[in-house]
Amino acid sequence: MLELRDVSFAYTGTDWTWQHVDLRLDEGELVLACGRTGSGKSTLLGLFNGIVPHFTGGTLAGDVLVDGRSIIGLPPRELAHLVGFVPQDPLSGFVSDVVEDELAYGMEQLGLPAQTMRRRVEETLDLLGIADLRRRPIRALSGGQQQRVAIGAVLTMHPRVLVLDEPTSALDPTAAEDVLATVARLVDDLGLTVVIAEHRMERVIPFADRLVVVHEGSVSVGEPAAVLASSPVAPPIVELGRLAGWSPLPLSVREARRRRTELLARLGEPAATPSRSGDAVLRARGVSVAYKSFAAVRGVDLDVAAGEVVGLMGRNGSGKSSLLWALRGAQKRAAGTVDVGGVDPAALSAADARARIGLVPQTAADLLYLETVAEECAAADDQAAVASGTCRGLLDRLAPGIGADQHPRDLSEGQRLALVLAVVLTSSPTLVVLDEPTRGLDYAGKAALAAILHDLASRGHGVIVASHDVEFVAEVADSVVVMAEGEVVSRGPAADVLAESPSFAPQVSKVLGPPWLTVPQVREALR
Amino acid sequence: MLARDLHPGAWWLWAIGLAAAATFTLNPVVLLLIWAVAALVVMARRSEAPWALSFRLYVFLAIFIVVLRVLFRIIFGTAATDADVIVLHLPQVPLPEAARGIQLLGDVTLVALLSGLYDGLRLGAIVLCVGAANALANPKRLLKSVPPALYEVGTAVVVALTIFPQLAESVQRVNRARQLRGSPSRGVGVLRRVVVPVLEDALERSMTLAMGMDARGYGRSGRATPRERLVTGVLMLVALFALCVGIYAYLDATAPRSLAVGGLAIGLLTAAAGLWSAGRRVERTRYRPDRWRTAELFTAGAGIAVAIGVDRAYAIDPFAVVPGLDGWPEVAPWVLAIIMVGALPAFLTPPPAVDRGAERPLTEEVVDA
Repeated sequence: MLELRDVSFAYTGTDWTWQHVDLRLDEGELVLACGRTGSGKSTLLGLFNGIVPHFTGGTLAGDVLVDGRSIIGLPPRELAHLVGFVPQDPLSGFVSDVVEDELAYGMEQLGLPAQTMRRRVEETLDLLGIADLRRRPIRALSGGQQQRVAIGAVLTMHPRVLVLDEPTSALDPTAAEDVLATVARLVDDLGLTVVIAEHRMERVIPFADRLVVVHEGSVSVGEPAAVLASSPVAPPIVELGRLAGWSPLPLSVREARRRRTELLARLGEPAATPSRSGDAVLRARGVSVAYKSFAAVRGVDLDVAAGEVVGLMGRNGSGKSSLLWALRGAQKRAAGTVDVGGVDPAALSAADARARIGLVPQTAADLLYLETVAEECAAADDQAAVASGTCRGLLDRLAPGIGADQHPRDLSEGQRLALVLAVVLTSSPTLVVLDEPTRGLDYAGKAALAAILHDLASRGHGVIVASHDVEFVAEVADSVVVMAEGEVVSRGPAADVLAESPSFAPQVSKVLGPPWLTVPQVREALR
Repeated sequence: MLARDLHPGAWWLWAIGLAAAATFTLNPVVLLLIWAVAALVVMARRSEAPWALSFRLYVFLAIFIVVLRVLFRIIFGTAATDADVIVLHLPQVPLPEAARGIQLLGDVTLVALLSGLYDGLRLGAIVLCVGAANALANPKRLLKSVPPALYEVGTAVVVALTIFPQLAESVQRVNRARQLRGSPSRGVGVLRRVVVPVLEDALERSMTLAMGMDARGYGRSGRATPRERLVTGVLMLVALFALCVGIYAYLDATAPRSLAVGGLAIGLLTAAAGLWSAGRRVERTRYRPDRWRTAELFTAGAGIAVAIGVDRAYAIDPFAVVPGLDGWPEVAPWVLAIIMVGALPAFLTPPPAVDRGAERPLTEEVVDA
């Protein structure tokens, strides 16, 4: 169906992204592409429908065949009926405003008769379970619904191959499961060949027939169990299997659970996490936020102690971001009080507020505006009125090896986050707040971020992390607050809250049962 | 009337009509009424969508234009004669001999002030009409109504139109983020602080949109023989040439009217033929197309009626349309009535379709994507 023959690719003016790739994907296969951030996964995916090199530029050697036909030199539009491509952020790729029109758009371009279009739109709406959304404006849909619309929009063209670039990176755990279950069903029902790139592999691996690992300029392909044994990136369940010495490696929670008795016998009790409860750095009472007639946050109480990391979870649109902005004082509160070290940040000048509470927003790059890393650091030092070099020092601790004259835009997702974090930390706020920081980070990047947060906590900062990533929250958070419809629905120590919830339980907890949460815990206990 | 969205072309024709009427007149009352009519219709018939948010920016731009025009007339004064009414005495800044002919400050005459004001109002009205069309008509739906032959131009236009309203969203977001970091001390820095992230964002979004459209088959080439291409090309060139001649003749009062009418007619006909010929090679179909129904015809008609009305009014009573600059302008109620025709769509068209699922407000999207 899809074939790469001795393909090499390089972006203009850089070294080969990868070289001599041979790859053959058969009909009705679900293939997961994985690899470190910046390893060229997306580039590989873009090759299948001509976006690379047509839109990105660069040098391509070798031959790419779709359905037995070479597609070298063809623009993406000529492949639209063969390969359906769903980009990473579906919202910015939508062409129409209403679900139904969006589904029809591709067919209009193919020039299909009106009758066929009408029929396929109805079929696709049913197939994806979005029939009740047909007249809704796309922007008003939730993230999971948008993702399904994006998939439907390419399905109506009846492509033979479906390429999905990180389809669940912005979704909460439940919505992500939904989308992936839908995709798996398409493979079963329609015999589509599906290629998915995904950082959080744990969700896709149970469905995947084969794995493509992009690593250091080469691409290896194979059965998931075989490839994962040596893969540079692996989901927690595989890490657990490696630790326990299981062979073949378990790929689903069900497989792993069958073997847990043996492992549980070897494990004692998990090391008790020292309770890090210093003085309260944040005390918020009854915080509410309203947008016109819509209440995004309703009377939320939140306490953060010095040295504590609080995980904030909840589905998309449950009011997490609004709460964080309201705590920072940058979002108007409809009601409630916020007390950071005795004062309300909203009443302070911007500079004083920064010294108390540092917020890293979801779109972290919004904070950067200068041409080089060095300039950004100098500006941060200047604004915080601290000794020059402070910000750079922080940056080197967070992510060593970033060139001073690099453009912030050219940094990888993780490096850019580190830079923003360094800029925010330059004012040495007592409370650090991060909104969805793991987007686009691979396992190693997340581990580094987790280390940073632990380090911050041990220095007496309070930390709040809003995230969909259960594995990450399980690793960093001491306590977890779950929000729904603007209200707090559960809170408590991370082990209790996460393990109790079916959708928020991390893989290790699903396999071993509470109170086990993370691989490092198990590693510690086995030692 | 059942709620539904009007054909975007109808709103654009209405706005163009109103803008054309504005170009014909210099009467401040008439112009202000055009401002009000445009604003009224936008308020009554715009949806909750992001592009509808951008109207406010156009209002600011229009006001800015008026202020700038008047300021310029004050700063670059004109030599006053005895007959002129002086409204403001300002000391004249002496300029070197090299800048002879330019007068800095000095006496401000009523004529200069009013002509600046009227001119600004006119330009502002045109800007506002464009803004109104942009706020009322979904730019992406407008693209769907473009003849198939213009698809590539259509893409460019839509990407451009999409950038602007999205800029409003980006500015909001970046402005909030600005508080998280200190503002730079220097003036240029403040500007950069907002402009750089916003532009980067806009560029990236537009690229994604273009990529998404292409990946889904936008602009697939049909089958056209070189001969067909040649015919299309020749038709287009002839159309362009004839339209140029026609417009030039229309604007030049000394040219024969037959040249103007003939040039325009030939230009439009060949352009239509060229578009048709070019469109044949594009294989596209349309899913549940927008249709021109009574409300659309009425809306477009209202705009065009205003344009024709003001044009005719000038023939009947020039001073009601282009008043003198020596005092209060003459206001003819019947001219105002003509303009008010443009406001009728605010009441006589169906309201925009309300989105059943809009309980998740758009303002929240900015924070909680």
